[in-house]
Parts: sequence; C-alpha cells; structure tokens
Amino acid sequence: MENEIQKGSWKKIFASREIILILVLLIGGIIVSIITPVFATSTNILAMIMSITVNGLIAVGMVMLLAAGEMDLSVGMTMAYVGVVAAYLNAHGLSTALSVIIGLLVALLIGFINGYLVAKVKLNAFITTLGMNCALEGLMLVMANGRSVTGITNLFKKLGQGTLFGIQYPVYILFIIVIVFDLLLRNTRRFREIYFIGSNASAARLNGINVSRVKICLFCFCSLCAGLAGVLITARFGTASVTLGSSTAMDVITACIIGGASLNGGKGTVWGAVLGSLFLAMLSTALNLLSVNIYWQNFATGVILIAAILMDAISERRKGVGEVISL
Amino acid sequence: MDELLRVENLIKKYPGVTAVNNVSFHVNGGEVLALLGENGAGKSTVSKMISGVEQPDSGRIIIEGKEVHFASALDAIKKGVSMVHQELSTVGEMNVAENIFINRQPINTIKFIDWKKLYKDTRTLLEEFNLKIDPHTQVKRLSVGTQQLLEIIRATSTDAKLIILDEPTSSLAESQVKMLFNIIKNLKKKGYGLIYITHKLEEVMEIADRIVVLRDGCFVAEKEVKETNVNDIVTMMVGREIKQFFGEELKKREISENYYLEVQNLTSRNFYHDISFGVKKGEIVGIGGLIGAGRTEMALGIFHAHKRDGKILLDGKELKINSPGDAIKNGFAYVTEDRKKLGLYLDYPIERNIPVMQYDKFSNRLGSINWRKVNTYVKKEIEEFNIATPSEKQLIGHLSGGNQQKCLLAMWMGLNPKVIIVDEPTRGIDVGAKSEIYQMLKNLAEEGKSIIVISSELPELMGICDRIIVMHEGSISGSVNKSEFSEDRIMQLATGVKCIKEESAVIGGTQNGK
Repeated sequence: MENEIQKGSWKKIFASREIILILVLLIGGIIVSIITPVFATSTNILAMIMSITVNGLIAVGMVMLLAAGEMDLSVGMTMAYVGVVAAYLNAHGLSTALSVIIGLLVALLIGFINGYLVAKVKLNAFITTLGMNCALEGLMLVMANGRSVTGITNLFKKLGQGTLFGIQYPVYILFIIVIVFDLLLRNTRRFREIYFIGSNASAARLNGINVSRVKICLFCFCSLCAGLAGVLITARFGTASVTLGSSTAMDVITACIIGGASLNGGKGTVWGAVLGSLFLAMLSTALNLLSVNIYWQNFATGVILIAAILMDAISERRKGVGEVISL
Repeated sequence: MDELLRVENLIKKYPGVTAVNNVSFHVNGGEVLALLGENGAGKSTVSKMISGVEQPDSGRIIIEGKEVHFASALDAIKKGVSMVHQELSTVGEMNVAENIFINRQPINTIKFIDWKKLYKDTRTLLEEFNLKIDPHTQVKRLSVGTQQLLEIIRATSTDAKLIILDEPTSSLAESQVKMLFNIIKNLKKKGYGLIYITHKLEEVMEIADRIVVLRDGCFVAEKEVKETNVNDIVTMMVGREIKQFFGEELKKREISENYYLEVQNLTSRNFYHDISFGVKKGEIVGIGGLIGAGRTEMALGIFHAHKRDGKILLDGKELKINSPGDAIKNGFAYVTEDRKKLGLYLDYPIERNIPVMQYDKFSNRLGSINWRKVNTYVKKEIEEFNIATPSEKQLIGHLSGGNQQKCLLAMWMGLNPKVIIVDEPTRGIDVGAKSEIYQMLKNLAEEGKSIIVISSELPELMGICDRIIVMHEGSISGSVNKSEFSEDRIMQLATGVKCIKEESAVIGGTQNGK
C-alpha cells in the first residue's frame, strides 16, 4: 500500500497540461519573436487572441462534452446557421436584440435535439451530430439562397467590431465565459458530475447522477456556445457567410485534445481547451510570419495532435495502467 | 427496533429466466440481515430493486411504513437507501476524496466546493478505516481491494438509514474485514439497518442477526442466526446433498507421471510476477485467491493476450506463443469469466456462435462454408452439452446464464484442446447447470485433458480440484493438495497471512515433473 501514497506535488504541476502549454506558448513566442520581431507587437498578439474568440468559445462547450465522454460534430454548421438566422432576421427589420435572442434559441433547440437523441434515445453521438451538421448546412443554404446574408444593422455589427480600451467586445465575452465556466467546472458539484459521467457513466448512474439530463444540458450548452460564436463572427464580418464552419468541429476538438481532453471522457479543462486554441492560433500565425508554405500548417497541426495523445499514452503506460487484453 | 424496510412478493423476470420469484422479507433498524443463496439465486437482483437500479415487475417495497417506487438509484439514495455494489462503481479518473463524496462534496456559502474541508473529511474517514492513502490519489491507481473499501466508506458515510452491502469482503484482506465489521457494529448501534450479501458463511455467523435464504429466485427460509448453523444454511442454499453436486468420483482417470503443461517464470509488469507451476494430464488444478490477485490476468498471460515474459512448455517442449491464435493452435482453450463481453457473440444465434472458431473444418478448398454440415454439427453439440433451447436459431443473448455457459464450453471443446483453462465457470448460473458443468469438467479430465479452474468460490475449487494453487497480489503464495484442503488454509494463503513457497514441491519450475 505504500506505493499508493502520492509523490511530491511539483511533479504534479508539471503533469498539468495547462502549465506545459503555457510554457510552450511562452518559449515558442520568445523564439518566434526573436526571428520575426513583428510577432511580439501588441497588434499581432491582439489579432491572434481575436482570431481564437470563435473557436475558443466553442471549445468551452466542447471540452465539457468531451469530459462527459460525448462530442458534437455539428458545431460548425450550428455556428454558420445561427449566424445566417440572426443576420436574416436583422436584415429583414427585426431588432438586433431580438435577432440575437432568436438565433440563440435556435442554437438551444439544435443542442436539445442532439442531446435528446444521444442521451435519451441512445444514438451514437458521432453519427447523430454528423447528420445534424449536414442537415443544418442544407437548411442554411436554403435560407440564405446560397449567398452570404448582408444588410445587418450597425448595432449588430458593433457586437463584433466595437471596442473597449482598444480591445474588441468578443475578446471580453470569451474571457468572461472562460473565467466563469472554469470556476464552475472546477468548484461546483453540478459541474463535477460531468467528470464522473465521462470516466464511468454506469458508476455515476449507480451513485445517483442523472446521466442523461446532464448530457442533454451539455449538448445544449455546446450548441449555445456555437450559436454565440456564429452571432459574433457575423457581427465582426458584417455579413453572414455560408462558407464558414466546415472545419470548425475538427479544429475545436483538436484544440481540446491538445489542451488535455480525451475522446474517452473524464478529462479536460476549460483553460486547457482555450490554451489549446491559442496554441493552434500561435502556430499558424508564426508559420505565416515565417512565410512557411500554408500547406505545412495542416501537417504541423496533425503532427502536434498525434504528439499530444502520444504523450498521454506514454505517461499512462509509465504509471503502470496496462491492458489485460492487448489488441 | 422499528421496521425499516419490508418487501412483499417481489417478482423480476429477464428474457429466459425468472430472476426473482415472489420474494418477501423485512429488515429492522439496528439489525444485520444476511441475504444468502448461491450465484444466480437472485440476491443481487433483489438488492438492485431495493436500491432503485432495477424496477420490479410486480411486488411492493415499503420503507418506514410507506410504499415507494424507485425510478433510479438517485430516488433510492434520496429515500435513504445506500448500496455497495458487487461490481466496482468507483470512478477511476477522479481522486479518492471526490469518489467518497461523489455528489455530496461539502460546499461553502457561494455553493463552491470547499476543497479544504473535503480533503480534511476524507482524511478523517480514511483514518477510521486505517487506510494510508493520499485523498488526492487518482482512484484508478489503487488496488481493487482498496477501491472496494472506498465504496464501503462512501456508503457508510452517507446519511442513509438502510445500507446494502453486496459481497463487500470479496477482495478485502482479513484485517480490513475486521475493520469493516467494527464499523457495521457501530452502525447497528446507531439504528441503521443493513442487508449483507455474501458467500462466506463464517462472516454471516459472526456479523448477521437474521438470515433469509433464496434459491433459484425463490424464498426458501428465514431464520435467526442463533438458531442455525453453517451446515443447515448450506443445505438450504444448495437444496441437495453436496457430495454428488460436484459430479461423480473419477474412477477411470489416469493422471500422467510428468507435468504436461509447464508454466515457468511467467511475469507481466502490471499484473503478476514469476508464476511457475505445472499441470499433469488428467489433472484438475484450481487457482484460488481474492479478486484482483491476478488470476485471470495470469491465465490470459498463458494465452498471450498481452505482452509478458516467461516460458510455456507442453510435453517438455517450449512453445512459441505470440498471440491467442498461436495458443489455440497449440491446443489451449481459455473459457472466459466474462461470457457476455469476452466469450459470446450475444446478438448472434447459437448456430453462429458454437462453430465460430471452426469454420475452416466446414469449408471446401475455396473457403466456401458448407452450411448443412455446420447445422448438423451444431445440433449434435446442443444435444451433447444439454443446452436447453427451442432451436439452434435462438439468439445466445436470450438464453439463461447456465445455457450460455454451456454454449461457451461447446464453442471451445469443439477445438479438442489439450489444455483447458476455465475462468469462473459457474458465475451467475443456476444450481442445476453448475452441477452439470462440474460433471463435464470431470469427464474432460477423464479424457486426459489438463484442466485449470480459476474460481473465487472455495467450495467449488475444493469440490472438483486435485490441487489448488493460491495467488496473492500477483504471486503464487502456496499450493494445497486435495488431502489438505481446508477453507482456512486457502484463505490464509489468499490473504497473504501465510506464504508457503518453501513447501513448493508441487509448484512447478522443476523440469518435467519430479
């Protein structure tokens, strides 16, 4: 039983994915800014942070779903569709507030359908949300007639373009959501349930956790994040584009996994997901500044994703958790 | 004390089997009721209905005079019923403290979890149980026994009035069992009611006040512990004389002089170390030990289901086994303890399950299967293994546990293996099928097979084996010959109280027998 006693806590700090990511971001940032001084300018850093608001926002919802052992592949089209809905309503004379609220309600409905089908009807999340993604793309193209939706009011645009102390609103929104949900996820009973479900759903059920209700809530929340991202991106560009979102789900899941989440559930933190998004953004900015061929970016992202899960697998093996039946 | 729980005429049916048939009993506050019966007698199903995990088809559950209908475990917890399940229900990714206080972590004024208090309370509880673990440890790093103890701590530290313990001691060391009993005595004094499910009758005599015996899903008897004894209880549980139960004496059997199978220094870093033993032709060797001792893992190691070091010799020649497929080709059969997950293809009919490893035998040179031959073969096997089924087209998942187990045996025996490893061969099956399986194993020994039986049930091992090797925490702690069989001796080895490696004349390692 002695070996069950835990070792020093500084080792634990280095085991934390967030700390590793922060170190990588700092060291990487310093190296890149030595090579190209443009990198460290406040404009560039702000632009980088602005660029992750959309994926970072969705990552907050997605990382909770992943922690509960589920995923949502429909976030890309949820984002695009909600953007189109809100822009369409706004362009046709509805007030900005009402357009945004209706858009978000649509997102909520999408999330509820996903959640109900997965958690109650017990359909596979991968296929269900993949189907939802496809269906939403169709709906969106019909509604927008295949073209971008233009003509939104200035007030709507201000949501994405307005600034406070020189920083755009979406950055504040992301920041607030990250702080709030990180605190909730770490510190409240309701949110801790997510990890129990993701780690061992049947045990969670035996321990009195309402597994399907929590999962439905998480699908709703993830959709809501995607919807909000859709509203913000529409406001920022001034039009609702129908070409957005095709790679969003994969990008966001990649960021979450780099941030320490796992497709097997039970793991992942809000900060990890956001840092993962930031890491990907920094990678692409740095490669751009170093004028590396854009196609190499995909290659680098792929290698880093695999490296991230490889790190997990190796540390698990070192800790001595093995499979009785290896395939 | 007042009556805490009463169940009346509970009935629960599953496809193909009536798991619980008209069972009634009650539990008073301040009392330990032992719910007894063989595997498959319906104890676990009854307790699952009381704790809300399963819903009865009919019957009433009354708690403190009020009839209740639990839709889920949460309902039952809210009404003061807490259960320690036989299957582990700890959450591996989470730490010790959060596992004990799952969903009832102490909170502060703004409803955030009070981490300091959580860890302090956890430490206090752990100290009560004399467990030296850091509350921050991830639970998946702990041994199965420790995890089970955590569950008991969890159940007994809630404000439940009724606590159900389903086989709580199956993987505990003796000292831990003593601690558990002290805690149970304390709970009794405080007026809690406990339902205690176990196979270990000495525990019943020590801790229980009253017993209820079930057999094949039916109520058999209710007695005060003072008015009964172990032998009576066994007779009530089994419902027949125990001798014939384990099959007829083997008269025509010939046991070879030398070890036919030899396992030498089998080691896997995660599960077991330096396992060496031998099995003769015609011999039945039991592997005993607590849950988590590494028995199943060791068997899977022989079968090369994972990477391990060591040698496997058959008839004195070293085998090159690199995968389960190689093991099968060399004449090994491993009949799993988990027939639902690792043994059978539940969604397929019997006729697709039994011949699954033998399609080669029924195919022509182009690989086309002759289905008529397969069908004839399957029908013959159904008869030979006495599988009760309306037809060979029945889905395996719809058969009773006993018939599933027979199908699993048929599936493997069709390969005509020389070394047969059966892992918990009678888990969750009824008494009749159990006896038949014991007879089948004995017949196989008579045919000259080398048989290894892994079982957590000591009476079973002592009833059918010629020799029992006992494992403790991944190593062989001793070996007992038939003439020296006693539960005490085996339990001492299994819990690591005693280690008799020095008497290892019968434990292999020596080349080719003696």
